[in-house]
Amino acid sequence: MDTDRLTRINAYCWRVEPVDGMHVPAVFYADEALLRAMDDKVREQACNVAKLPGIVGASYAMPDAHWGYGFPIGGVAAFDPDQGGVVSAGGVGFDISCGVRTLTTGLTRRDIEPLKTQLAERLYREIPAGLGSTGRISLNEREMDAMLEGGARWAVARGWGDPGDLERIEEAGCMAGAQADCVSGHARQRQRNEMGTLGSGNHYAEVQEVTEIFDDRTARSFGLEPGGVVISIHSGSRGLGHQIGTEYLTEMVAAAPEYGIDLPERELACAPLRSGAGERYLGAMRAAINCALANRQILSELVRGVFRSLFPGCALDLLYDVSHNTCKEESHRVEGTLRSLFVHRKGATRAFGPGHPDIPASLRDIGQPVLIGGSMGTGSHILVGTDSAGALSWSSACHGAGRRMSRRRANRTWQGKQVIETLSRKGIIVRSPSARGVAEEAPGAYKDVDAVVDAAQASGLARKVARCQPLVCVKG
Amino acid sequence: METRTGSGPAHWEHLHHDADIGLRGCGASLAEAFEQAALALTAVVCHPQRVLCVDRVDIHCESPDPETLFVKWLNALIYESATRKVLFGRFRVTITEGTLDARAWGEPIDRDRHQPAAEPKGATYTGLRVEHAAGGCWTAECVIDV
Repeated sequence: MDTDRLTRINAYCWRVEPVDGMHVPAVFYADEALLRAMDDKVREQACNVAKLPGIVGASYAMPDAHWGYGFPIGGVAAFDPDQGGVVSAGGVGFDISCGVRTLTTGLTRRDIEPLKTQLAERLYREIPAGLGSTGRISLNEREMDAMLEGGARWAVARGWGDPGDLERIEEAGCMAGAQADCVSGHARQRQRNEMGTLGSGNHYAEVQEVTEIFDDRTARSFGLEPGGVVISIHSGSRGLGHQIGTEYLTEMVAAAPEYGIDLPERELACAPLRSGAGERYLGAMRAAINCALANRQILSELVRGVFRSLFPGCALDLLYDVSHNTCKEESHRVEGTLRSLFVHRKGATRAFGPGHPDIPASLRDIGQPVLIGGSMGTGSHILVGTDSAGALSWSSACHGAGRRMSRRRANRTWQGKQVIETLSRKGIIVRSPSARGVAEEAPGAYKDVDAVVDAAQASGLARKVARCQPLVCVKG
Repeated sequence: METRTGSGPAHWEHLHHDADIGLRGCGASLAEAFEQAALALTAVVCHPQRVLCVDRVDIHCESPDPETLFVKWLNALIYESATRKVLFGRFRVTITEGTLDARAWGEPIDRDRHQPAAEPKGATYTGLRVEHAAGGCWTAECVIDV
């Protein structure tokens, strides 16, 4: 991105003032090096989002922003229904409620090492991963409805996990306002055999070692200590979310002119929050959020089963579960007044600061855990929400490292087998059904996750707590 | 750019996109461009030549607008592939006045043989273009979310 076309506010905040139909500025949180590495399309897309009706404050781009469709990935935008605000299927993304959850194990790397290969094999065998895999659960229509409206609560009630898990999941594990009747037969069909599957691409289940602690007090509250082992799972709403995104994107493209919305780009298709199409999408999108929460809950139980068999007596406690492709109704202060806004986060993590009522009581004084996935070779970060992010980004932060290289180029640059061997020499065991998939996800295809979280911290979006290094990675 | 050339102007390409994948199909007719784009879609997952064409699926979609018809065509293939757990390696498309009828041949996904990579989630309106060039070649392209 050409930084000459931005106004530098400080070393980590840049803006484009409203021009050419933009209702609000576009604001970028990143250092100059990260910005220069971003495609110019990120600026273009963030500016286009600023043109949508009812947008409030600014169109924000997180430090890991990259070129998406409609909204940039790493884009955050809030809309006010009282000001003609809209909801956009492209502003949420196709993998609705894709997210990360992290569990602590009470084990150390020394406990894991003697059984690491066995652990990798067992996890790979138990977790359905990759294109063409199917879960062990097939839902009939009644159970599908219950899952879509119950989320992780449904999963726990069916024996997938502990009731104690629920308070450590956004929305306490169940997204309110989900409407199963807004989910099509096609979306249901696509999900019928995909409950409890990891997916492919950048989705993973990892065993990680906590290698660095940046904030002792917060780390202790999160149950993290140096040398400790945690599990991270990155997955989403699988075929159901993809189909809902597909169908409502098409519907919104067709309906926008009827609602008098002049789209700067067709890919920004949206509908007024207070419209038939808008309300149906919200009902379906919330059902997809529940699907993702249920899916990650089931995946957690598969991981727990493996750990219990190899490390009898170990307890895998859920640290937290975040979703980074959502649109949620939240209260935010705008020029001193609390307003109800619909916050789109597309490749961005909610990051509530200390004291926020939506943080579980056990973490409320500390702030919300913000889970940032990196690449399978570099590492992941655990951050905590700050007070300042409310005014900066509607309490949002980055969601990952972000790609710096296309899949096509990565596939030409590396071979999957070599990537696996290289990582093995570093003590990281990778198991995947696809060598090409591993090449496309090679660590070198991603930006430096450390630079991304440093920028998130320096700009006040979230604060670093711990860094984790992969030991075992199951890839789709 | 990765290109596979067929007979005449027929070929497909994958186009640069940071996080997702752009695809383009070219052909002597609109239908042939759609067929080539479908091969490019399969190539997101695995090389189409690795797919045995033993099972047939019929697909029908409609739109007066060729660009929307293209998105619907790709999304129909993604849906059939996802729900049947199959990959397609050959296509025959006919398009008459906004109505597309197609036959797609393929086989169930064999994870060892196909080594399936990224999963296509849906066709987007980003980079969407369906054009008939002055030289007579048709082009159909858009970005696929993976």
